[in-house]
Amino acid sequence: MSRNRLQDLIPRLVLSPSLALILIFVYAFILYTLYLSMTDSRMLPSYGFVGFENYEKLWNLRHWWRALGNLAIFGSLYIVICSVLGLFLAILLDQKIRGEGFLRPIYLYPMALSFIVTGTAWKWFLDPGIGLESTMHQWGWTGFEFAWIKDRNLAIYTVVIAAVWQSSGFVMAMFLAGLRGVDGEIIKAAQMDGASNVTIYRRIIIPMMRPVFLSAFVVLAHLAIKSYDLVVALTGGGPGQATELPATFMYSYTFTRNQMGIGASSAIIMLVMIFSIIIPYLYSELRPGRQR
Amino acid sequence: MSAEKIVGTGRGNRFLRVVLYAVLILFALYYLLPLYVMVVNSVKPLDEIRQGDMLSLPQIFTLEPWAKAWSSAQIGVQPTGLRPYFFNSILMVVPAVAISTILGALNGYVLTKWRFRGDDVVFGLILLSCFIPFQIALIPAARILGMLGLAGTTTGLVLIHVVYGLGFTTLFFRNYYAAFPTELVRAAQIDGARFFQIFRRILLPSSAPIIVVTVIWQFTNIWNDFLFGVSFGDFDSLPMTVALNNLVSSSGGVKEYNVHFAGAILAALPTLIVYIVSGRYFVRGLMAGAVKG
Repeated sequence: MSRNRLQDLIPRLVLSPSLALILIFVYAFILYTLYLSMTDSRMLPSYGFVGFENYEKLWNLRHWWRALGNLAIFGSLYIVICSVLGLFLAILLDQKIRGEGFLRPIYLYPMALSFIVTGTAWKWFLDPGIGLESTMHQWGWTGFEFAWIKDRNLAIYTVVIAAVWQSSGFVMAMFLAGLRGVDGEIIKAAQMDGASNVTIYRRIIIPMMRPVFLSAFVVLAHLAIKSYDLVVALTGGGPGQATELPATFMYSYTFTRNQMGIGASSAIIMLVMIFSIIIPYLYSELRPGRQR
Repeated sequence: MSAEKIVGTGRGNRFLRVVLYAVLILFALYYLLPLYVMVVNSVKPLDEIRQGDMLSLPQIFTLEPWAKAWSSAQIGVQPTGLRPYFFNSILMVVPAVAISTILGALNGYVLTKWRFRGDDVVFGLILLSCFIPFQIALIPAARILGMLGLAGTTTGLVLIHVVYGLGFTTLFFRNYYAAFPTELVRAAQIDGARFFQIFRRILLPSSAPIIVVTVIWQFTNIWNDFLFGVSFGDFDSLPMTVALNNLVSSSGGVKEYNVHFAGAILAALPTLIVYIVSGRYFVRGLMAGAVKG
């Protein structure tokens, strides 16, 4: 082969190890898990084909429905609160604030922390025995009660509290970048027409943030569906199954309850949920004509 | 946008400005609260915490919990403290970050300056890998690591982190190099420069900002990973996050909250330091990944 031919091949040769790794570790793994979800695998993979039996079992498990219900509560509150709070803080910070350079990193630092650290901090702070509740009692407010983390019906909301604390600063940064990109001329024109500040935000600026809302939604939604570590550290899925999410469900069915087939089928459902959000988004972002 | 146009500077607005600052400071306190709780209670004796006020400053100051968390606390079955796991994490993070960043840079270079038919599809496949739920990979990854003899090793975790980091590193470099003038590359080609020469002499020297972004992003993600660590690690390779969780959630005995908090800060320290030193880049990196897609 001539040197030139070799030179022509080099770019593709350089790319190929990465592509090969991803084809194996992502796409072949997806197919393998899909196949396992249709087998009688229990503690170890086994290849007796059972069709959709695992999916039928899965959808008949109250435990799985509980995990999905929790995901619906957690995911929607997490996304909505992070977005609203993020936009609110970004608008406030965008008012020529003295000390912005000081405040912004304070809002943002939680996202540098792992969910395990976040979970540990909030776990003890929300613990009625030693945390906030007992502190309030100590301060003389003896009627104060805050034991959500021990309450089967309310524990899932403590996961929301900790997750919002961790991620809302990041959403704020996204909106702040969006606000800084708004063309000042448009605002001027609106002011000349006599529009009030509230109107300008409501009618002009916030609607212009649509792409940021979309990006924030995609990022937060896929984080919510993947959420695992925070629940492990904060509540361990409990009390009972009160904070079980699909990710913790998958892990316990696959590795501790020896129901690998059901675990695999739950992983496939998670993948379908994420892809149904991500693929349309990537498609609209990357379609020709929008590419830089 | 210049904000003075939105909030005026008249007298009636002074009150609004005060409210504005009050709200901003209130939120700053909210974000600082858990960190404050961790720090303050990590230097208190256990009795002082049990007596019930997590928000007060320590009456007796002690570094005992820190020493214990670092070198003698019970993690799983061994009273080793977090120290060995800290070094497990370092040994895992450094090569994983380096390899995934180098591969990402080369991929980004090829995908923008040496385009070929179907490169969009290749990029799409790589990009989509950023978003998969890792639960989908746990069972087959355990099998592959076993087959390669890498189960429970740091090398195995490095491999896993490199693979699942490639999507982000490639994305970052591709977006960055897309804005780099292709004419410079073509001119160098005409002068007879080859693939790696062009990369080293022309692109690499102006890549410092995106390298910083990518390294911080990868460092944070890999250091903070829990799922892969708990699934594929054992004593010689378990990372810090898993050890911390073992420390905190161990059921037996007295709950040493002060040691837990000290351990949590130790686990958070590396990413926190990286963030404090170069937070501006950190944010920029997230923006590049999240907003630009």
